[in-house]
Amino acid sequence: MLGMAWAGSRDFVHLYLEPPGWEASPGQFVMLRPSAWGFDPLWPRPFSICEKTPEYLRLFIQVVGRGTSLLRSAAPDSEIVLWGPLGKGFRIPVQHPLLILAGGMGIAPFVGMCKTHPHPERINLLFGHRLGLEHYPLDELPGKIRKESMHQSTPEDLVDFSGVLQERIRDFAPRGEILACGPMPFLRVGQRHVLESNARAQLSVETRMACGVGACLGCVIKTRNGEMLQTCVHGPVFDARELVLQ
Amino acid sequence: MDTRVELGGLILKNPVMSASGTFGYGLEFSLYGDLQELGAIVVKGLSLKPRAGNPVPRIVETPCGMLNAIGLQNIGAERFLRDKLPLLPWDRTPVVVNLYAQSVQEFGQLAGLLGREPGVAALEVNISCPNVRHGGFQFGQDPAAAAAVTREVKKNSGSRPVIVKLSPNVTDVRTIAKAVQDAGADMLSLINTLGGMAVDVHSRKPRLAGITGGLSGPAIKPVALKMVYQVCRVVDIPVIGLGGICTVDDVLEFILVGAHAVQVGTANFMRPDLIFDLIRDLPEAMSRTGIVSLDEIRGALETSSDRMDPLEKMQNIR
Ligand SMILES: Cc1cc2nc3c(=O)[nH]c(=O)nc-3n(C[C@H](O)[C@H](O)[C@H](O)COP(=O)(O)OP(=O)(O)OC[C@H]3O[C@@H](n4cnc5c(N)ncnc54)[C@H](O)[C@@H]3O)c2cc1C
Ligand SMILES: Cc1cc2nc3c(=O)[nH]c(=O)nc-3n(C[C@H](O)[C@H](O)[C@H](O)COP(=O)(O)O)c2cc1C
Ligand code: FES
Repeated sequence: MLGMAWAGSRDFVHLYLEPPGWEASPGQFVMLRPSAWGFDPLWPRPFSICEKTPEYLRLFIQVVGRGTSLLRSAAPDSEIVLWGPLGKGFRIPVQHPLLILAGGMGIAPFVGMCKTHPHPERINLLFGHRLGLEHYPLDELPGKIRKESMHQSTPEDLVDFSGVLQERIRDFAPRGEILACGPMPFLRVGQRHVLESNARAQLSVETRMACGVGACLGCVIKTRNGEMLQTCVHGPVFDARELVLQ
Repeated sequence: MDTRVELGGLILKNPVMSASGTFGYGLEFSLYGDLQELGAIVVKGLSLKPRAGNPVPRIVETPCGMLNAIGLQNIGAERFLRDKLPLLPWDRTPVVVNLYAQSVQEFGQLAGLLGREPGVAALEVNISCPNVRHGGFQFGQDPAAAAAVTREVKKNSGSRPVIVKLSPNVTDVRTIAKAVQDAGADMLSLINTLGGMAVDVHSRKPRLAGITGGLSGPAIKPVALKMVYQVCRVVDIPVIGLGGICTVDDVLEFILVGAHAVQVGTANFMRPDLIFDLIRDLPEAMSRTGIVSLDEIRGALETSSDRMDPLEKMQNIR
């Protein structure tokens, strides 16, 4: 571990790690397991690759449970075993306009990508969030990106957000590629509008993972033709038409 | 330093095999180590027809362990033989297939299909599955049903050695072990997962969609050690020990209580190169503890009565 920084509160952590020797595509993830964990927690934890530069690998982590809170209090010089890049990331057609739909921590896989995209002016971002904007790394994204963020704190806000989501997807559908990442309810609404508008979209899903390499069959997601595919190797990014989101 | 073991006619480079269902079809781990270094590769349970498995969530983490209710999702025996086996280093490392079926006849058919294959070194029979034709109780919980499956698989497996994998969810595992040995099993492996469940008090729901599942990982090692110890004292065939093995010391403990070889299961999820590191560390751990060959320590557990000197022992006899 190289270092850690907080954003907005102690529950949002930017973790900086020594840069690995590999290259990754946006949407791919890594598995992390501090050596100090011993036998408990047992499993490693999956996190999207937020940004990779020659100096560091950065992960953006929200503290939600035992593993993430242990990660937050890991000693600065402690050893963290990490492997990756895992899974299939987003296909980014750089010539086409992009509409990024991110819900909360779903912003993580897009940070590095947006910062290095050759045509940031072709990127549109719709960001939905429940907590204050100060928690999320939106400001560091290039100014040329068309950003729109919506705060949801009440059930009415959610209905409004769903409406805006629908509008943006419908208007954008004929122009380019939609990329989405966020919590399951967000993806479900997004998928519905995508299918209605006949848009081209890729969705990144989060499922509970043990091994991260396709072996345990714990992380499966159902496809339209009834297959149960491992999210960790066939995803986490899937074509929106492929999935049945439950 | 000799890490080799002879196991029911198979020669293994070392006693460390993968455990079924925790190592995929083997190939998933080839990025993280050389599969040829394993003592043997045991693949995910195979059934005659592909199975989609249970609804999610199918896995949940528990203290020092996990519960799973995967429901034997697999690609089916035929697709395994066609798409996966040719890619495994079966000519260098024994590949053991794990069999799952819901009736005695189906076990026989599966054994016939898999036992003919040159790339298959041995068959491991998972008897922790429901006997659908007979009320759904597990084959592994009834000595007669376990023996019937064993006989049927033996009859159809050609010359391949048959390992019967025992369930710990029984009153006395020794009864099943003896029944299966008498029915012709060449080897035993134990333990499969222990029945368990986890509950979320906030949502008042079970944490697994299937409500109950099987517990595995370091949390179950003491249970596994005891059962392996007990079984090794009542059977003459080789026993493969498993349940919570994560370290080289764990491997040696199972051999001390009588196991011929071991399988590493849930520990593969802690990190995908763990099993390869464990094999690499084994010779050093042996020399550190003064072990020259594994045969020398197999079953060499010193119980308190062995440790007493003869005079003391005599004084203890009344
Ligand atoms: C491909 C992928 C990428 C992810 N990227 C990020 C990221 O960039 N930033 C981030 O903050 N989080 C990300 N997550 C979610 C993150 O993995 C979980 O929040 C984290 O594992 C929670 O661990 P915990 O021990 O604190 O929580 P606990 O609830 O104590 O964990 C118990 C178990 O449930 C699993 N789990 C809990 N919440 C989730 C969840 N939302 N998704 C999947 N598994 C979960 C844990 O991995 C663990 O196995 C990602 C998940 C996946 C699958
Ligand atoms: C996710 C998972 C899937 C499993 N699938 C199988 C299987 O298909 N066939 C089988 O005989 N055992 C299966 N098992 C049981 C293991 O092979 C092993 O017996 C058990 O997990 C105890 O060992 P461990 O604590 O080292 O994991 C599975 C275990 C887990 C955790
Ligand atoms: S996490 Fe094990 S198969 Fe995906």
